[in-house]
Amino acid sequence: MFSSIAHNLHYKSLPLHSVPPPLYKYWKQIPRTFLVMGSAAGEFLRHVLPEKVGVSDHSAAGSELHVLAVDDSHVDRKVIERLLKISSCKVTAVESGTRALQFLGLDGEENSVGFDGLKVNLIMTDYSMPGMTGYELLKKIKESKAFRKIPVVIMSSENILTRIDRCLEEGAEEFIVKPVKLADVRRLRDFIMRGEEEGEENRKKGNHKRKLQDDYSISPPLSPAPSLDCEISSLLLPSSSSSSPECPSKRPRLWVED
Amino acid sequence: MLGLGADRLRADMNRLLALLFHQGVLDEQFLQLQQLQDETSPNFVSEVVNIYFHESEKLLRNLRGLLMDREFSDYKKMGIHLNQFMGSSSSIGAKRVRNVCVAFRAASEQNNRAGCLRALELVEHEYCYLKNKLHELFQLEQQRVLAAGVRYPIQN
Repeated sequence: MFSSIAHNLHYKSLPLHSVPPPLYKYWKQIPRTFLVMGSAAGEFLRHVLPEKVGVSDHSAAGSELHVLAVDDSHVDRKVIERLLKISSCKVTAVESGTRALQFLGLDGEENSVGFDGLKVNLIMTDYSMPGMTGYELLKKIKESKAFRKIPVVIMSSENILTRIDRCLEEGAEEFIVKPVKLADVRRLRDFIMRGEEEGEENRKKGNHKRKLQDDYSISPPLSPAPSLDCEISSLLLPSSSSSSPECPSKRPRLWVED
Repeated sequence: MLGLGADRLRADMNRLLALLFHQGVLDEQFLQLQQLQDETSPNFVSEVVNIYFHESEKLLRNLRGLLMDREFSDYKKMGIHLNQFMGSSSSIGAKRVRNVCVAFRAASEQNNRAGCLRALELVEHEYCYLKNKLHELFQLEQQRVLAAGVRYPIQN
C-alpha cells in the first residue's frame, strides 16, 4: 500500500509597501496531498498539478519571447532554460553578469557579435553571483539607454526584504524567490507578451505612448497575479480570510529571513 | 509474464518516490522537475540531477578541504560554497539536504569550526542517502522503459 503524502505549506506574506505597491513574487504555494497508487493508476511521474503544462498557443505579437537567463548555478540554468522552453520562449542562458553584458553588446567591446535580430524581451538573473551580482547587472542594464526598457527579474533563494526593496527600487520588474516554478514563468511570460502587444498596437496607431509602456512595466499586471492569488489562496487555507483580489494587502504577517 | 514487468517497475518507482517524500528527502520541487519532463525532453530529470551531483561533489569537497585545514578561517568563502550548495539542493527538491545545510550555515555564521565539521558530516550523510536513492530511482526508470518497449506476439 502506498501512503498519502501531505506537503508542507510554504507561505510567505507580501510585505506592505507604500505607494506604489509593486507586486512581486513573494510566496510559494499550495499544499498538495498526493495519493500514490500502484501500477496503471500511479501516474506519479506525470502528476498533473492544477495548471496544465502545455505548449502555449499564443500568437500575440507574432513571435516567441526571447529571454536572457543569467545564473552561475548550472543546475538552475538547466531548470530555468527548461521552464522557459516549455513556456514557448526562446532562451539564452549565460553563467555571469559579464557574459550577459557581452551578449547584449554592453561590455564596451566594439563587436556586436551577431546581436542584431536577437532582441531580448526579458532578462532573468540570479541575485547572488560571483563577480557581478544580479543587482549590479540590473543597475548596468537600467543605466543603458538601449536596454533599460527591457524588464529585468531578479531571482534569489533568499527572501531578504532589504534585498527585495533594493532591487525593486533599482527598477527590477519582479523579485522571485527560488526555486522558480512553472507558474512563475508563465505569469511572467503573459505579462511580457501583453506589454509587447500593447507596444505593438501603439506603434501601429502611431501613438507615442512611451509613458504608458513605462508605467506598465513598473506596475506589474494586476489581473493575472491576483487571480492566481485567489486560485491558490483558496487552496491554501480553507479558513483563510484572504480570498479576494486584495489578498496581498490583507496578509498581516511579515516573513523576513535574516 | 514479462508484459507486467513495466507495470511492476512503475509500481516500484512510485513506492520509492512515496517513501522519499514521506521521509522528507524530496519535496514538491522534485515533482515540478518531473512535470518538465516529456517526449521532447525525456531525460530531463536525470540530466538535472546528474548536474546537481557533479556540482555538489565539487562543493562538498571544497567545504571539507576548507574545514580540514588547520589554519582555516575563511568562513566567508565557506559561506559562499554553502549557499551555492543550498541553492542547487533546493532547486532539485532535495529538502533534507537543504535543511541540514541550514544548521551548517548557522555554525558557520558563529565561526564555530567544530560545529561546522559536525554539520558537514550530517550533510555528507544526507547527500549520500539522496544520491543512492535517486540512482535507484533512475535505474528503475531505465528498466521500466526497456520493459515497456518489449513487444509480444500475444499482446496487442
